[in-house]
Amino acid sequence: MTSTLRTDSAQAAEAPARSRRKHRGRNLLHFNWIGGLLSWLWLGVVIIPIYWIVVTSVKSQEVYFSENPLKPPTHITFDAYRLVLQSNFIRYFFNSVIVTLGAVVPAVFFAFMAAFAIIRGGRGLFLRGANTLFLMGLAVPLQATIIPIYLIIIKLGIYDSLLAIILPSIAFAIPLSVLVLSTFIRDVPNELFESMRLDGASEWGTLWHLAFPLTRPALVTVAIFNGLTIWNGFLLPLVLTQDPGRRTLPLALWTFQGQYSVNVPAVLASVVLTTLPILVLYVIGRRQLLSGLTAGFSK
Amino acid sequence: MALPALIMFIGFGVIPLLGVLALSFSSWDGIGAIHPAGLQSWRSVLNPGLLHALKVTFLITALSWLFQTPMSILLGTFLAGRQRYRGFLAVLYFIPLLLSSAALAITYKALLDPNFGLGAGLGIPLLSQDWLGRGNLAIGVVVFVVSWQFIPFHSLIYQAGVRQIPVSLYEAAQIDGAGRIRQFFSVTLPQLKYTILTSSTLIVVGSLTFFDIIFVLTAGGPADATRTLALDMYITGFQGNLMGQASAIAMILVLLGLVLALLLQRLGGRDRSASQLEGM
Repeated sequence: MTSTLRTDSAQAAEAPARSRRKHRGRNLLHFNWIGGLLSWLWLGVVIIPIYWIVVTSVKSQEVYFSENPLKPPTHITFDAYRLVLQSNFIRYFFNSVIVTLGAVVPAVFFAFMAAFAIIRGGRGLFLRGANTLFLMGLAVPLQATIIPIYLIIIKLGIYDSLLAIILPSIAFAIPLSVLVLSTFIRDVPNELFESMRLDGASEWGTLWHLAFPLTRPALVTVAIFNGLTIWNGFLLPLVLTQDPGRRTLPLALWTFQGQYSVNVPAVLASVVLTTLPILVLYVIGRRQLLSGLTAGFSK
Repeated sequence: MALPALIMFIGFGVIPLLGVLALSFSSWDGIGAIHPAGLQSWRSVLNPGLLHALKVTFLITALSWLFQTPMSILLGTFLAGRQRYRGFLAVLYFIPLLLSSAALAITYKALLDPNFGLGAGLGIPLLSQDWLGRGNLAIGVVVFVVSWQFIPFHSLIYQAGVRQIPVSLYEAAQIDGAGRIRQFFSVTLPQLKYTILTSSTLIVVGSLTFFDIIFVLTAGGPADATRTLALDMYITGFQGNLMGQASAIAMILVLLGLVLALLLQRLGGRDRSASQLEGM
């Protein structure tokens, strides 16, 4: 650690006019000792449970109970995974996919249209009111409205369907999505809109051919954030469905654990299987995913 | 063009919010008809049970804040720098964010099991206690598990915050002879003021509505040691079939959330964007 620090300062001293990044790097090393120690410590706290999950999921139950739980498996078995897959997890997986896509696509699209309308024509009373309403939605803990939502879903006659989870998920996703997307649409230079209008494009035309391509990274970010929230959602499926065939993955995990609590490898295999899709996404686009996670908070 | 978003948000956001208020003045068992009941639900909700739930909620909120904030600031500051192994560390750090709360809770439930868990397997008595069976320990476990999931998230926010601090401030501090620790306290921390406020607001308002982690981990137990307001609402409404009382609890949750969010905003002063770079 000390040696890196020294080379960094030396480099910076040699080339004082170098990019800001260099300077920043050097300067940030200043709290290195404690930060560095802590980060390795925390890494252990993070890694040990994850390691335990993975190695245990490929052990048999007998082996798990008879040896050191942190020992790498000598004989890898996928029995636990087989049990999980036989417990209808494919079905739950597709339920989760349907709910997530069914909610994220309309939520992002609606929020995009709303953000566009608010930024482009936000002087009217109606649009300003809409904007205020969305902003207020950010401060209210929406989970607290679960009881009336339950009532509305029953009255609509869609209790115990995937649509029952999708509709409130869209509503919950809208406030933050509108906020993030409108900050990005605001960054599109006004002259671009005006010149497109002069060329005879409609509002829809500018929305599709100008705002959409220019805010695509923000749209991806917002979609990822909402997708993760909905994929991992627990309360809405818990309250709004009943039939085991309508379970989404988090709910299925919970009931599976209730059934097989003694079979630790099987429980952990179910954790691995339900996290796998997100892990794959993480490996493909780590940066996009992480910026999606902090959408709107770190700007 | 704002209409679809508005309709969805009013239908499943605004109307339910008004519905919570309306239902808190009625009596409903969740299946049959809804009857107006005046203040009855409110009267039966204001009891020692609610006080206990409030206490537990505040305790968990305060402890999570105390644990998560310093850890996240230090980790975020560290991750904002550049050292070769930092990239590698960062990849691993953020894995907890990918797990769903349900997955996380059942993992820790299995890991902490006094008979089949990690502690029992390793044969370390200190680790094989009945973590979720004793009130104080259970609260500690909840705080730890919540922090385990969210420290990476808040570190990310702080990392972004630290990267926005102008380098000239550090250079000036160096010229004035400030050492490393002094620089951290006199430059980094004050410059992170608004980031701290954002992160704290998220921690505080988030802890109020934590439901899934605690529900799966302890279901409010042992006895009612971890029965927070959000759990109290769910258990009263969907297990006790007292939707009127549950709505009154939900109303308290909404008000608490609003008040705390406003307080934290007020703490940061009105003009968030201008003052940060004052005197530059």
